[in-house]
Amino acid sequence: MSVIYVLLGVSIFVAIVFFVAFILAVKRGQYDDSYTPSVRMLFEDELVENTPDKSKLTIKNK
Amino acid sequence: MGKATCFHCGDNCNNSVIQFQEKLFCCNGCKTVYEIFSENDLTCYYDFQNSPGAIPKEIEGKYDFLKQQSIIEKLIEFTDETIEIVTLSIPHIHCSSCIWVLENLHKLNSDIVASQVNFGKKTVRITYNKNISSLHEIVLLLSKIGYEPYISLENYSAGKNKLDRSIIYKLGIAGFAFGNVMFLSFPEYFQVNGFWIEQYKGLFRWLMFTFSLPVVFYAAQDYFVSAYKGLKSRLLNIDVPISLGIFVLFVRSTVDIVFDFGTGFFDSLTGLVFFLLLGKFFQQKTYSFLSFERDYKSYFPIAVTKITKEGTEKPTQIYEVKKGDRLLIRNEELIPVDSILINGNASIDYSFVTGESERVAKTLGDKLFAGGKQTSGTIEIEVLKTVQQSYLTQLWSNDVFNKDKENSFTTLTNAISKKFTITVLGIAFLATLYWVLVDSSKAMNVFTAVLIIACPCAIALSAPFTFGNLLRIFGKQKFYLKNATVIEQLSKIDTVIFDKTGTITSNKKSNPVYEGEALSTSEELLLKNTLRGSNHPLSRSLYDILDANNIIALNHYEEVLGKGISAAYKNENIVVGSANFVGYDDLETLNTTVHIKSNNAYKGKFTFYNSYRKGVSKLFNKLNKDYNLVILSGDNEGEKENLKKLLPSKTKLIFNQKPEDKLEYIKYHQSEGAHVLMVGDGLNDAGALAQSDVGIAISENINVFSPACDAILDASNFNQLYNYITASKSAIKIIKWSFVLSFLYNSIGLYFAVTGQLMPVIAAILMPLSSISVVVFTTILTNVLGRKLRRLENHKKK
Repeated sequence: MSVIYVLLGVSIFVAIVFFVAFILAVKRGQYDDSYTPSVRMLFEDELVENTPDKSKLTIKNK
Repeated sequence: MGKATCFHCGDNCNNSVIQFQEKLFCCNGCKTVYEIFSENDLTCYYDFQNSPGAIPKEIEGKYDFLKQQSIIEKLIEFTDETIEIVTLSIPHIHCSSCIWVLENLHKLNSDIVASQVNFGKKTVRITYNKNISSLHEIVLLLSKIGYEPYISLENYSAGKNKLDRSIIYKLGIAGFAFGNVMFLSFPEYFQVNGFWIEQYKGLFRWLMFTFSLPVVFYAAQDYFVSAYKGLKSRLLNIDVPISLGIFVLFVRSTVDIVFDFGTGFFDSLTGLVFFLLLGKFFQQKTYSFLSFERDYKSYFPIAVTKITKEGTEKPTQIYEVKKGDRLLIRNEELIPVDSILINGNASIDYSFVTGESERVAKTLGDKLFAGGKQTSGTIEIEVLKTVQQSYLTQLWSNDVFNKDKENSFTTLTNAISKKFTITVLGIAFLATLYWVLVDSSKAMNVFTAVLIIACPCAIALSAPFTFGNLLRIFGKQKFYLKNATVIEQLSKIDTVIFDKTGTITSNKKSNPVYEGEALSTSEELLLKNTLRGSNHPLSRSLYDILDANNIIALNHYEEVLGKGISAAYKNENIVVGSANFVGYDDLETLNTTVHIKSNNAYKGKFTFYNSYRKGVSKLFNKLNKDYNLVILSGDNEGEKENLKKLLPSKTKLIFNQKPEDKLEYIKYHQSEGAHVLMVGDGLNDAGALAQSDVGIAISENINVFSPACDAILDASNFNQLYNYITASKSAIKIIKWSFVLSFLYNSIGLYFAVTGQLMPVIAAILMPLSSISVVVFTTILTNVLGRKLRRLENHKKK
């Protein structure tokens, strides 16, 4: 019957892994801005299309 | 040509069209931005949104203060040997194109390492190599492409404010513990006397105990703190019975498992805290792009240009400006101190202060008040008073700005909790007394059971969910509230006070009305052509209402700034301007007027009346039934007759009010027991908005700054104000009904508790059930309310 210890141990371990992941996500600011990422992910294609052309001048302020 | 719009900014290009690469631009500024983008492969900017740009403004020298190390240090967020990180607020951020171009800044300046936009807050966080680039360069680059950052005195004094994420952590912990405890308590619920559970129940129970520890000591600590504070100030707020419930739940459950009486109530405990925090989280609807806490600091610049004795220009931090200093104010810059004009043509826009958009011309030696914005060329001023002592900023030394409105108000929930707590404690003692006499072994059991089951979870949830939902509904209708307490305050209002200029009048149009001898066709032609040359705002609006005529070349044209224009064509001459410029004695000079003299004979005058917002009259008539109405204006009595015609006769009209007068007026009426709603707009209303029970700032453009207030209302929905107040009243009714509902659940629970039959499983079912049904009840009813509001709004618009 001691398999119950293993099962409990595993289930609590998994729960704690997710919990720590959540805390870390909050800490890194994932929940601070819930709108911009939803727009940003749509830009991926444009960025590929526009691989920076090195010959073009980058402007610098005088 | 009338329909040609600028490819970059979308403005009409009526005056001059610039063609470039088959695209139309309204000005050189817009064209330059397009050129910058097209040279750097950033034309995708125009694909996401049509004409997303803004016209870049003239910024020559404006940001020179960013070269000073002491100022830079105050603004940047992080620095090490090679990189600096700065977060800049950019009001123009409004669409996906903005996000895209600002996150691709590194293509424009290779020294920028990374940039990240926060769309909600309208900020961009830029990381750059500080050895090659500088904050000054970054700001210039942003301004050049039409994304001028907004840097104000507030950034300077605010320091680095930390984000408060504790509510998310607490919610996370409570949710985590709730889930796990629930799952650990199931075996005992279903296998009450099994052999298996007998062997392992100790393990399960102590695990549940461990999970509940962070919930009680971390997640629930706000409730204990608030209850303690309440008791200290002799208030029985709602947190007192909640803390009592949490405390009793924890102690009783611990005792239960220590002495093996039973499984304890850990699932109810963690569930209770989780639901309570959920309600708190839901109520915190914040509009990150708005700020309700603004004072003059958010309008004022960080630094101004000082002219030293040697005649050189030197950027100086604004708190270092002393009396007698000479300052240089450039076009579009704000005058930060009370001063005297000593050089240049001043045309001051005081709209920040008064809401009046008309510019005021000043001549040499005139006094300039802090808060005005120079709008024509560069001027030099001599400082009369320092920033803190200026006429406008002095207002903020009033105590009213340090008062916390939210905490000085007894909410409905707290009012009910007082009676509730006393009743519950009464029942608990009576029941205990009964059981002491009948069966003393059960007495303690019953006492704790009553306190557990009576824990007012559902009551505590009714207000957050009703208000939270209504906040969102209001937000969709462009009525943004600072917090949920404002709804309650709004429902109690009995006096409504309006500011005049900018609040019930609109900034956009003022209709000039002509009185006097009719002008002949040739005179009109001459007048129109005379006005064409002038940039004065009155000339512009007069020019726009005159019928289009041919363009003629004037023989003589002379504009005397702040006075008027004289012009001649062939043998006709015309003088347009103020009464004494034209040479006419005007006794009623209260309104803004423009006088006309043609061929040396006085013709008549154009009077500019205020134009009132749509639906003002209707709104006042509706409000008139239930509320005292007052107009409190800083202006002269020029509009008095007009207002009398427009508004219900009961409305009090009070003119010539200084900012302090407005504040005192409200204070006086509050001391007489009135609950005041103040509706204003400019900085001069800031004191009144803070003093009133509810201060609503009207804003033509939500992104433009408004003074500190409890709510911001978009000007287009001004006529809905009455409906908002009514909706707040209905919300209070909804809460009262959900109180009834939760009392029902409480009496069922109390039956089990008093009779000594409360099983953990009953508590575990009853508690979430009552909470969820209250949440569902309030959500449905507030949505019905919201639908009604939307209908009224659409109805009005038609």
